[in-house]
Amino acid sequence: MTAAARVTKTWQMAKVVAIRDETPRAKTFRLALPEPSPHRAGQHCIVRLTAPDGYTASRSYSIASAPDGSPELELTVERLEGGEVSTFLHDDVAIGDELEVRGPIGGWFVWDAETPALLLGGGSGVVPLMAMLRLARRNGRADLVRLVVSVRTPDDLYYADEIAGPETTLLYTRATPPSFARLPAHLTRDDIVQPVAPDAIAYVCGSSGFADAATDVLLDLGVPPERVRVERFGPSG
Amino acid sequence: MGRFTRGFTSRAHAARDPRLPPGQYDTGKSWPVLTAEVAPRLDTATWTFTIEGLVEHPTTWSWDEIHALPPSTYSGDIHCVTTWSKLGVNFTGVSVDALLDVAGVKPGATHVVAFSHTAYTTNLPLADVTGGRAWVVWDYDGRPLERAHGGPARLLVPHLYFWKSAKFVAGLRVFDHDEPGFWEQNGYHDRGDPWLEQRYQGD
Repeated sequence: MTAAARVTKTWQMAKVVAIRDETPRAKTFRLALPEPSPHRAGQHCIVRLTAPDGYTASRSYSIASAPDGSPELELTVERLEGGEVSTFLHDDVAIGDELEVRGPIGGWFVWDAETPALLLGGGSGVVPLMAMLRLARRNGRADLVRLVVSVRTPDDLYYADEIAGPETTLLYTRATPPSFARLPAHLTRDDIVQPVAPDAIAYVCGSSGFADAATDVLLDLGVPPERVRVERFGPSG
Repeated sequence: MGRFTRGFTSRAHAARDPRLPPGQYDTGKSWPVLTAEVAPRLDTATWTFTIEGLVEHPTTWSWDEIHALPPSTYSGDIHCVTTWSKLGVNFTGVSVDALLDVAGVKPGATHVVAFSHTAYTTNLPLADVTGGRAWVVWDYDGRPLERAHGGPARLLVPHLYFWKSAKFVAGLRVFDHDEPGFWEQNGYHDRGDPWLEQRYQGD
């Protein structure tokens, strides 16, 4: 095991220092950690809520911010109706609150910022890919990444002010912005407009349906299965 | 404890099912799919299952051969490290004991690595796959196991977190030592007992 793959056992009380609306259903929580450890783009954290009677509920959320040496990191959380943790985070947590957090975690769905990467994200699946895009831009190596994001409507696009760029392709499956050339449709191989570098690693993140469709597109394009890494977002509330 | 979350109260605490290990919730009818790799399309006509390594008779079974072994069913619960549990499920296949009986485990064997028809691997103590606690299964609730859930056949070790129940299982390699598998090399626990919350290395 590499040092980077070790998971800290420690739970920390992180302070919420900022909360930002990404979409009507998604918020980003900026957390200050008392004992921060550097994260890798693509990793996640666990947030654990504890009730006065000792009952706990925990869920994993991807880190959206790039590794930048800061003692703070950002988690973007989609509000799932009936989701015990996400509804609490959206409806009850305010700036200044403390949240119990463990992480960063994960040694597979991570990008080293050196290998070409094809990033395919569906809806909230863009979050770990955004950490990769931000890292690439921060390093001045946006040329290494291609990001394709599929969302239902313009209202569902996370990081709308920041995500667009020459390395980014946006797709809409239900409704598009005005005068958008591509008709609403699911991802097809025609949406991967630039050639995929032979040494690229593909990172696919989204719902199970999106992940299946996206991996089929990649295999259809000739990407070897062993160069595809998948993270599926289940109904984890 | 002492680290309460301001404003958080236990919604379903009174009705908490005793079958749920700590930190788990009941996913109900749904069965989330978590796979880190491309799900392969495997043909049962060419499918194989192999036991190799520290055994007297390394053995490979075809789909028909493994089905000729006495069937065995597990009825109970499964627990995923991502905190969902699924209660009251039924899987049918063959007991790993029956397979190891054919291969004949050599003295000194302590661990196995389950390997898949993908590059996936996961390590288990031999004691966790013997004694009626592990299966190779191909039926879920009386129907063929779906590809999304590891079909045509997966390992089933329901008393450990579900990443140990390798999807698309291709065989077991028997060792005299522990060899961390895919998730175990990526920070997850070597044993993964949900009742002890052995989620990550160091737990």
